[in-house]
Amino acid sequence: MISFLLRRTGLMIVILFLVSVIVFALVNVLPGDPALLILGQEATDESLRALRAEMGLDQPLVVQYFVWVGDLLQGDFGQSFRNNTEVSSLLIQKIPVTLQLTVMSFAVAILIAIPAGIISATRKGTLWDSSATVFALSGVSLPPFWLGILLIFIFAVTLGWFPPSGYVSLTENVGLSLWYMLLPAVALGVRLSAELTRMLRSSLLEVLESDFIRTGYAKGLLEKSVVFGHALRNSIIPVITVSGLQFATFLGGTVITEEIFNIPGLGQLLVQSILTRDFPVVQGAVMFMAFAVIFINFTIDIVYSILDPRIKLTGGSN
Amino acid sequence: MGEKMDAQLKVEDLHVGFKQKKSSVNILNGVSFQVYKGETLCIVGESGCGKSLTSLSIMGLLPKQGEVQGGKIEFEGENLVQKNMKQMSRLRGNDLSMIFQEPMTSLNPVHTVGKQVAEVVRTHRQVGKKEAYSRALEMFELVGIPSPAERLHNYPHELSGGMRQRVMIAMALACNPKLLIADEPTTALDVTIQAQILELLNDIKAERQMSIMMITHDLGVVSEVADRVLVMYAGEVIECANNRQLFNNPQHPYTQGLIASIPKLKEEKDELPIIEGSVPSPEKMPKGCRFSTRCPFAKQECLTDSPPLQEAEEHTVRCWMHTDRWEEMTPWKGVDEDGREATEQDLIRS
Repeated sequence: MISFLLRRTGLMIVILFLVSVIVFALVNVLPGDPALLILGQEATDESLRALRAEMGLDQPLVVQYFVWVGDLLQGDFGQSFRNNTEVSSLLIQKIPVTLQLTVMSFAVAILIAIPAGIISATRKGTLWDSSATVFALSGVSLPPFWLGILLIFIFAVTLGWFPPSGYVSLTENVGLSLWYMLLPAVALGVRLSAELTRMLRSSLLEVLESDFIRTGYAKGLLEKSVVFGHALRNSIIPVITVSGLQFATFLGGTVITEEIFNIPGLGQLLVQSILTRDFPVVQGAVMFMAFAVIFINFTIDIVYSILDPRIKLTGGSN
Repeated sequence: MGEKMDAQLKVEDLHVGFKQKKSSVNILNGVSFQVYKGETLCIVGESGCGKSLTSLSIMGLLPKQGEVQGGKIEFEGENLVQKNMKQMSRLRGNDLSMIFQEPMTSLNPVHTVGKQVAEVVRTHRQVGKKEAYSRALEMFELVGIPSPAERLHNYPHELSGGMRQRVMIAMALACNPKLLIADEPTTALDVTIQAQILELLNDIKAERQMSIMMITHDLGVVSEVADRVLVMYAGEVIECANNRQLFNNPQHPYTQGLIASIPKLKEEKDELPIIEGSVPSPEKMPKGCRFSTRCPFAKQECLTDSPPLQEAEEHTVRCWMHTDRWEEMTPWKGVDEDGREATEQDLIRS
């Protein structure tokens, strides 16, 4: 376990380093001059040069990189070019918003997927199973933005049960915050739940064929105890894998949903920053996402080893 | 020896088959036998003869498409065929236990073996977690698992095949079953472990007055553990006798063939005798005796008329040879009544 932690931490540092290099390089090869963007087309060469010097943009790239990384290590993500706010404070503002959306859409997805997956696997070939299949297929085929618009149209505009867009922070008003976030969470969660349902169904069907399931019945267990006590835990691993990957994706990429529901999250921030060549913000946000992906994978590995004792966390390579 | 004892399990005219899209295929065709209290009955036969299906029918664990099409399975005076899932689950693991062929995969990999044994106890007895575990420990000692207290907390993958089969046996015996069904319990194990497991089963049987129904295709195992032996062929019982009788004086040509094909150390032969051909598939069952297509003694009528199961020299045997009719039957000509050569189609029941 300790060697696993050490190895993973080492790996994490290497990956973060590589990501930082790539992010930095990508941002710098993008066409567009931040100084020009800030000052506008009419700016004189003089003032442009002065601003570049102030922002450190006249230094060689290598120097710029090390200055940036050095600051990063001290928790200083730099300042936004656009409005001179600290990038870190921008991130701290936006991350909880996206995190809330992600967690809520996962809650929606899991609440649907686990029962639907179990029912369709244990009642294979019945109407229940077919309904779950139809749901899953339509869920996968519905783009979240379309579902989002549909949900707004039905539940916000026509029925008026939910606010059509906007965001209230959890610290302000928990109930209202959940209320505002519910429609976007459903829009994102339905697709995920469809994927997870199919995954759980197929993995559960496979496990239900195992010899130890027959042993369970031979012990005198009822179907309920066999499914929940013996089959579910063995079949949940692929579901966890997909969930983990999706969780990381959601953290960085709920752009469209955030746009539709006008949620001031990380996705929105990232898009705006790219459009305005706000390099420090882009770099900061991408670094956060890279960290999130690594951290989630790390967590999933630990979850695996808890779920399945045959999976050993070792320091060596596989 | 069996005659004086009471039957623990009585299977009567059992028909089992598989549902298919429109029709259904019959696999077990009128299987009848008894397991007496305190005896070991071995069921032998080739793969596909229906021996495992018989045991799964008794446990009520037939695969989804499987169905009991007729007959009775009487256990403790109750017909198991009529019981529903819930009633059966009260018996399974309790009075009626089963161990399987594959110790490597029959245990759940994500739970400790102790938990899995304790689970049976908690399912059938009103006991707490602690008591269930101490019962599991007791069972581990009984089945000869070394340092049992530590092993309780092991996961299946940390144990060897032989140890896992012992865990399976511990699990099956935890609630003192009256009948233990062992479906090829030693097939997956190497020979030394095989002998240990068989000895263990024998000891426990003697100690607990339990009946064992053992399914196997290994005649060596049979001769070691069986009180009585039941030989099955293509879904029918073809011979039943006590252990010594069966091996020294087999009556059915199939049984004779089986016993002749056991290699013997004393004789030096270049080739072992074999039974020609293979088991007919369920769709192509012969109309008459199911063994007739492979039987070296078959007469003309054997192909068309089914022989009855009857008593012969302390055996029950299903063969025309042991009936009065045998002398009158027409020798095999390979042709039918009209002088036409019999085609395969004629021999298959429609």
